[in-house]
Amino acid sequence: MDHADYLQHLTRQQWLIPLFPLVAAAIQSLLKRPARKLSAALTIIAMGLSCIFAVRAFLATIGGGEHHEVVRTVFNFTWFKFSDTASLDLGFILDPLTAGMAAMVTFVGFWIFVNATGYMHDDENFTRFFCFLSLFAASMLGLVISNNLLMLFMCWELVGLCSYLLIGFWYFKPSAAAAMKKAFIATRIGDVGFFLGILMLYWKSGTLNLYTHDPIHPGALEQAGALAQLTGWWGLSAASTIAFLLFIGAMGKSAQFPLHVWLPDAMEGPTPVSALIHAATMVAAGVFMIGRMYPLFTAEPGAWVMDFVMWIGCITAVFSATIAVAQFDIKRVLAYSTCSQLGFMVMGLGAHSLVAGQFHLLTHAFFKALLFLGAGCVIVGTHHEQDMRKMGGLRKYMPITFLCYVIGTLALSGFPLTAGFFSKDEILLATYHHSKLAWILGTFAAFLTAFYMTRQIFMVFFGRWRGGDEDRGHGQEHKSHDERGHEHHEPHEVPWNMWLPFAMLSVFALLMGWLGTPWFHDNLFHHYIAPEEVASESSNLVMGLSIAVALFGILLGWLIYGRKTMEHATDPDPLAPTLGGLFVFLNHKWYIDELYEATVYRFTATCGMFFRLFDKLVVDGILHAIAWVVWAISQVFRWVGDEFFINGGFDSGCESVRLGGKVLAKLQSGRMQNYFRVLSLGAAILLLMYFFT
Amino acid sequence: MSIPLGYYLMLSAFLFAIGLCGALSRKNAIIVLIGIEIMFNAGILNFVVFWHYKYFAVLTAQMFAIFAISIAAAESAVGLALVIAVYRYYRSVDVDQMTSLKG
Repeated sequence: MDHADYLQHLTRQQWLIPLFPLVAAAIQSLLKRPARKLSAALTIIAMGLSCIFAVRAFLATIGGGEHHEVVRTVFNFTWFKFSDTASLDLGFILDPLTAGMAAMVTFVGFWIFVNATGYMHDDENFTRFFCFLSLFAASMLGLVISNNLLMLFMCWELVGLCSYLLIGFWYFKPSAAAAMKKAFIATRIGDVGFFLGILMLYWKSGTLNLYTHDPIHPGALEQAGALAQLTGWWGLSAASTIAFLLFIGAMGKSAQFPLHVWLPDAMEGPTPVSALIHAATMVAAGVFMIGRMYPLFTAEPGAWVMDFVMWIGCITAVFSATIAVAQFDIKRVLAYSTCSQLGFMVMGLGAHSLVAGQFHLLTHAFFKALLFLGAGCVIVGTHHEQDMRKMGGLRKYMPITFLCYVIGTLALSGFPLTAGFFSKDEILLATYHHSKLAWILGTFAAFLTAFYMTRQIFMVFFGRWRGGDEDRGHGQEHKSHDERGHEHHEPHEVPWNMWLPFAMLSVFALLMGWLGTPWFHDNLFHHYIAPEEVASESSNLVMGLSIAVALFGILLGWLIYGRKTMEHATDPDPLAPTLGGLFVFLNHKWYIDELYEATVYRFTATCGMFFRLFDKLVVDGILHAIAWVVWAISQVFRWVGDEFFINGGFDSGCESVRLGGKVLAKLQSGRMQNYFRVLSLGAAILLLMYFFT
Repeated sequence: MSIPLGYYLMLSAFLFAIGLCGALSRKNAIIVLIGIEIMFNAGILNFVVFWHYKYFAVLTAQMFAIFAISIAAAESAVGLALVIAVYRYYRSVDVDQMTSLKG
């Protein structure tokens, strides 16, 4: 079997990758609550199998791109046929983008699941949790392998549904219930744009398949050049209009600036879910979708849609990084950091570099999963404390967690030679060639990233343990806490099934960047994912400056938070007095939630009030007026006609009707099945009459 | 393609009969609902089969089938909500106990 046949064979088997977690989810949905071990084993084994298949496909796509073209095989089949001309297809694709993404999702997902067995150890709804996790992974993998916007959209919505279920996994907490709704509604606003984009694509190109390799029925992306010739809306070509609408969907899913509000609130879910949402599945879907539809985005040279993408990414990157500086919840800092890094990816994509955006997506997945799992371990180790002010000194208690967390932090900060350094540098380089202003803002965001991550490290792991502070005042409470099994209210290292996953991931966070380093003759990742893309000219200024800001950010973090660590949990943040009102402003996340509440929410509520008043006053008023008129007329008739003439004659008639009614009421037994039986009998008799007469 | 029309119709008739039996004879309101759903689906099967053997114009039957499926979904949602409401009131879903419509 030669290589092309082998690839085709693999493409036909792509559906196996999401199948395993899907089957696992189906089985788990039928399991009973106590079947905890079975449930966890099912999830992890299914994910492991998927990972094997994904890596097999990944290995097959390596080394195929020698002739400067992307290895891409597709397999399409008809799902639904309306008539001889109209049908809906589904299909799978195997190309570097898909293969790399699927391998990353399965690998990172696998380790997150292993960690989740530890994190959720005491939860009574363990099986339900793993069922949702499996479904989440299955839908994300379905999204990754689909060669069809319809299938992509279905999986996209499934991913949204699963994140809704998992964010609200502890639905009995009002904040979690609110967060799940917020995530669902905010992403839904983006999905409206996405769906319009799909409709418009079908309208303009007549197909939802992305690639077909068939000159008679070309796929949508193969028609991108032709679509760029048609006129669309808002001064764009059809291709760019569709790209713009699709990007709105990606903005919702990948938490870009105006629609980012759901992501930080999604921290209400269990921490492994946060890791999964932030690294491998939910938010990655948006960026992945832009990468998948990239030919449409770039079809029309000079359209403003790419600049729009770049600036949205740039704004998100800076905006969320500033918020992360002033947060105290360990997971919220990471959440805003994810927002900011997603902004980087989108900015890279908008700067015409598919390679940079996708490379950062992959490396970010590893170190952000690592950081979230580390945060989960910190939370478990400190008995469900999330406020960084009440942590401190964990370096002594949790050495393994500390080491891996530092590695993740260095990677995220873009410390030289780690994974984040190479990928972020590539984005900044691409941006540098497009817009100097965006590049400066991006570099500033990179500086803030290094700063807030160093702040977090020093607050959580250095200084003295501040968690016990408040317990002295509440001796009674402390005692009852002890009876539940925590003998010492001191942090402790987590079991092996929790630290092993992020130890594995930290290896990748350190070394993965070398896949995309510009220092070799040929950038491996670039060569793999998009050999046709022109590499950005490297610039010593960009690289030097990004090294400098990373180091400066870390240094500044050490100066402010490391030299003199916090003594008490109630101490103010060292930055708070210096920044004053600005710190409060950032701590309240630029008051975006309040702004939305004052505008969108208030507007909707006012409309509701108005319509209610309208209903009460006008509609009800008219109804009451009519009723009153009718009543008045009837009164007249009553006194004139009824009482004198009709009643007398009527009474005797009524008497006989009542007698008849009494007899018939016996039939009205109230047992609906009896009525139904009579009805069926009647129907059967009618049917027999029809046949035999 | 080679399966004759009659087989499909038999299947559909069987389905309908099974659903009817369930709806008529069982006491549990949920099973009654399930029986009704089965009858629904027997009808939908007829539509699709007749379309398949080109008894209808292009899309009519498909559309009927899709509408019927969505209506069946809505109907079962309402039905289950009613069952839950009834359960709250009577603490039972036995249809023989729901006789408050008695004349």
